[in-house]
Amino acid sequence: MLTLLFDGVAYGMLLFVLSLGLAVTMGLMNFINLAHGAFAMAGGYLLVLLMQRWDWPFLLCLPAAFIVTAALGALFERTLYKPMYGKPHLDQVLFSIGLTLMAVATVDYVMGSQQQNVQLPPMFLHRFEFGHGAWQLGMGAYRLFIIVLCVALTLLLQALLTRTRFGSRLRAAVDDPRVAAGLGIPVNRVFLVTFALGSGLAGLGGALGADMLGMDPTFPLKFMVYFLIVCAVGGTSSLTGPLVAALVLGVADVMGKYYLPKLGAFIVYVLMIVILLWRPHGLFSREGGR
Amino acid sequence: MSAAARLRAPARWRWWEALLWLLMWAAPLVFAPHAALINEVAILALFALSLDLILGYAGIVSLGHTAYFGVGAYGAALFAKHVMPDPLLGLAVGTALGGVLGLLTSPMIVRGTDLTRLMVTMGIALVLLELANKFDDLTGGMDGLQGVVMGPLLGHFEFDLGARVASFYSLTVLFIVFLLLRRVVNSPLGYSLQALRDNRLRLSAIGLSVNARLAAVYTLGAALAGTAGALLAQTTAFASLDVLEFHRSADVLLALVIGGAGWLWGGIVGAVAFKVLHDFVSSFTAQYWNFWIGLFLVLLMLVGRERLFKPWSWFRRRGGA
Repeated sequence: MLTLLFDGVAYGMLLFVLSLGLAVTMGLMNFINLAHGAFAMAGGYLLVLLMQRWDWPFLLCLPAAFIVTAALGALFERTLYKPMYGKPHLDQVLFSIGLTLMAVATVDYVMGSQQQNVQLPPMFLHRFEFGHGAWQLGMGAYRLFIIVLCVALTLLLQALLTRTRFGSRLRAAVDDPRVAAGLGIPVNRVFLVTFALGSGLAGLGGALGADMLGMDPTFPLKFMVYFLIVCAVGGTSSLTGPLVAALVLGVADVMGKYYLPKLGAFIVYVLMIVILLWRPHGLFSREGGR
Repeated sequence: MSAAARLRAPARWRWWEALLWLLMWAAPLVFAPHAALINEVAILALFALSLDLILGYAGIVSLGHTAYFGVGAYGAALFAKHVMPDPLLGLAVGTALGGVLGLLTSPMIVRGTDLTRLMVTMGIALVLLELANKFDDLTGGMDGLQGVVMGPLLGHFEFDLGARVASFYSLTVLFIVFLLLRRVVNSPLGYSLQALRDNRLRLSAIGLSVNARLAAVYTLGAALAGTAGALLAQTTAFASLDVLEFHRSADVLLALVIGGAGWLWGGIVGAVAFKVLHDFVSSFTAQYWNFWIGLFLVLLMLVGRERLFKPWSWFRRRGGA
């Protein structure tokens, strides 16, 4: 019971880090980027490649995945995404689905369609156990590591958003890009940095989750729905919304798969529809039900 | 041109429309070995037409239109298997089921923003997929619904293996639906829908009920998607979870976007182009078809429809503001 809860929390934290970039691009640029999962996949495959071909240590691969996908994100933002900002949502959706399909086919071509295995360092294979019976709590060291890392990241991001100059510029740009630009905030550059950060976080999440979620070329399509649920349900105006949504989704998914194996996904989707009907702008958005 | 004639102009038949229909009717005779493909194209065209009604005319974005397609397909297949094998009755059942589901779900899509609508439509399709998977003793689950035997059309045209009857059947249904939709989009309801797509606030300021109109058109679109699904199930005598999968929603959206949303020929042109492209690309790289369709989408969206299909406009400056 507690073990399941723990696994759910770890899964939820992972989903949070993965979808955070998407939430920011949606809130900031009003851009529905379905290709977000492709950046996560890029991070995951980079980790696999670095570890298998060049024997890099696992812990070194994580920052590498972050930096490379962030650079990739910045490149794509400048070349491909920028012209799409003002377009209707449908165009953006089709455009990013197109990108996703290309990414899936490319990875399939280069790496093959089989699932990639990640060899975790031995220190993460340990398992802590407390209590017994129904209240037994088993914590995998790797999941514990994920939770600690994600909590640290969340605190760091929260500090970045609330304490720094960049954060206040970002929040101003999210609230009203035109007024922000009028005040002399370089909105375009803020967009670029934010997009790169979001992609980098997705890459880091993909690298972290390569073991738990499984890395194969269909990854962006499989998890696209989950990322979108986190953003749509959590709302995109704060960090708290997506965090709570991701945790609820993670716990519900793990519990659902364990207790009701055939109905698990069903419950998640119905819950999403109900929440969206109740509050169309997300649970924690300021717009409220409209 | 008098004002009345100008108002009626968009509803008038043009010579090339009649010609295109004649060509479509001749297609199964000329390309007899490809009748099965023509049947698929007609079904996709019908499906795209139903999406065009809600997306192109009413402006409702949907990533889950296949929910209604799937319900129509399963409805028709189950009806043929358990009740009676007459195709036309089955078609009516599939259409009705799609319409009922559309009516039931329409309150969900009139609220919220584009993102909410995308998520809710996608969610509806996913929920149905999970349900179909769960009740596998009814739907056959992963293996699909086997043992569907269709009766002869109108009492004496048996569905043959060459799919000739099937293609004529689908083309006829497509034609009837096309006529119906022509009436609908050129009616006051159709005009109010286009006005609603362009400016919802103004329409409600004029005093028209936005939500009732959206619900009506969504129900009609869903019913027609159900018709398309029923056609597929009947002409292939099979229904599987595939009819509810996400890629179907994406494919039909893609076909519509290629053909252009917001005019009735868009769905038909798009379906033909999509299937021909699919057939062509799959013939040399079956596995990486996704890559090329993705590339095509990205280019289409980046460059813009107008400019991609009319390269001569690249060198023309935009006049005026």
